[in-house]
Amino acid sequence: MSENTPMKRSPLHDAHVALGARLVPFAGWEMPVQYSGIVDEHKAVRASAGVFDISHMGQFLVEGRDAEAFLNRMLTNNISRLAPGHGQYTLLLNERGGVIDDLIAYRMSEREFFLVVNASMIDVDYAWLQKHISDTDVRLVDISAETGGLAIQGPKSRAVLRAVLGEGATYPERNTIQLSTSGDGVLYLCGTGYTGEEGFEFFAPAATITGWFEKFVSAARERGGMPVGLGARDTLRLEMGYPLNGNDLSPDKTPLEAGLGFFVDFEKGKFIGREVLVKQKSEGVLTRLTGFRMTAPSPPPRAHYPVFANGEVIAETCSGGLSPSLAQGIGMAYLPLAFSRPGCAIEIVIRDRRYPAETVKKPFYRKPSN
Amino acid sequence: MSYVPDHLHYRDSHEWIDPQTGAVGITDHAQNELTDVVFVELPKLGALVNAGDQIAVVESVKAASDIYSPASGEVIEINDDLAGEPALINTDPFGRGWIYKIKAGHAAELDALMDAAAYRQHIA
Repeated sequence: MSENTPMKRSPLHDAHVALGARLVPFAGWEMPVQYSGIVDEHKAVRASAGVFDISHMGQFLVEGRDAEAFLNRMLTNNISRLAPGHGQYTLLLNERGGVIDDLIAYRMSEREFFLVVNASMIDVDYAWLQKHISDTDVRLVDISAETGGLAIQGPKSRAVLRAVLGEGATYPERNTIQLSTSGDGVLYLCGTGYTGEEGFEFFAPAATITGWFEKFVSAARERGGMPVGLGARDTLRLEMGYPLNGNDLSPDKTPLEAGLGFFVDFEKGKFIGREVLVKQKSEGVLTRLTGFRMTAPSPPPRAHYPVFANGEVIAETCSGGLSPSLAQGIGMAYLPLAFSRPGCAIEIVIRDRRYPAETVKKPFYRKPSN
Repeated sequence: MSYVPDHLHYRDSHEWIDPQTGAVGITDHAQNELTDVVFVELPKLGALVNAGDQIAVVESVKAASDIYSPASGEVIEINDDLAGEPALINTDPFGRGWIYKIKAGHAAELDALMDAAAYRQHIA
């Protein structure tokens, strides 16, 4: 993107400024990286509830007699397994089996589907899907620009939902979606999140989202929660080992290399990228997205640091950072298979110095059981 | 409003130096911008530096920020407390959060830095 391209603003822009948020460029958007501080916000989500602006994310409606068959050809997971009101994590691949985007697909009814895609990939995903519709009975509509979104995440998210939507409101269970219509338009309530906590995501017409945001923030604050920026969104998802497209997923890496084979259905029939994955499955992958933690005091690992083992650079880090819950540097890298099991000693090169690390199983963080 | 002590000199990149002791750190404004300092890479004791050299790194949760020496000279002391407690930079940026002390040889360099009034203007 050229530096002169004006950045897109969330419909919540003024609300963020009023809250004293620090705004930064993200995927072509000007978004809040933090309000009070990344560590505080991170801990608030783990302990009570956080409210995130996710208005930058994209939403598509896919509808028509052939919509189900079309999405099964385009996406890795089996959309036919979804009953109306249910959703699944799934991947959009290129012909080489590489990841274009990861997304959530919901079935609204027999012939209608709702897709939630990454902000940076809205135009790319739309063009790729549209290009493959051909003469089938499928209509694809991008409603991203008119739609605002919030994520409410944390153990108090149920109480926050009831406080805002009423005691009788049904909490959306994991991977479900509920639709309601109000005078303002359609509201989508989804049992999804990107933090590892119980929570939900809420999409509403952009023009109404500020009112909802203020209500959710105030209900969260009453319970020890707060608004949360993209900084903590990143540390929260990293602690869970959730991949971020652009960091951990790329058009040159397949879902099998990314450890997302669970979301690929080989039995459902043809889909774009399937041949490559079948071959890779039978021959075995060469690299695998592997978690690591720093084992001695070090600067936080960050993206694109060399990974060193056996006297040579074996990879480069994808995501990395300091885990606020573990107070330890953690990260992920596509490591050769020999290093992808837990307990392998590696080193991370940070400003020409090597710091010891070891491979670990994901998630990095597990909620303490009661 | 960030606190800006009168007796220090300031670089436009938000480092301060105490002309009496040669102590160097980052300003309250800078720590407030960075938030949550989690690691400080200290200079080497005895290192000879030029004014404007990148000499240390302060890492927050989100980013690594280079620290530039406000003066030329020899590094005569480093703040080891920051290894165990990097957040001292947040809690006491002009006190216990100092990063290193330099034996500065050129008074003219210090005069070329901003005084408190100019720095207040700079961050306004």
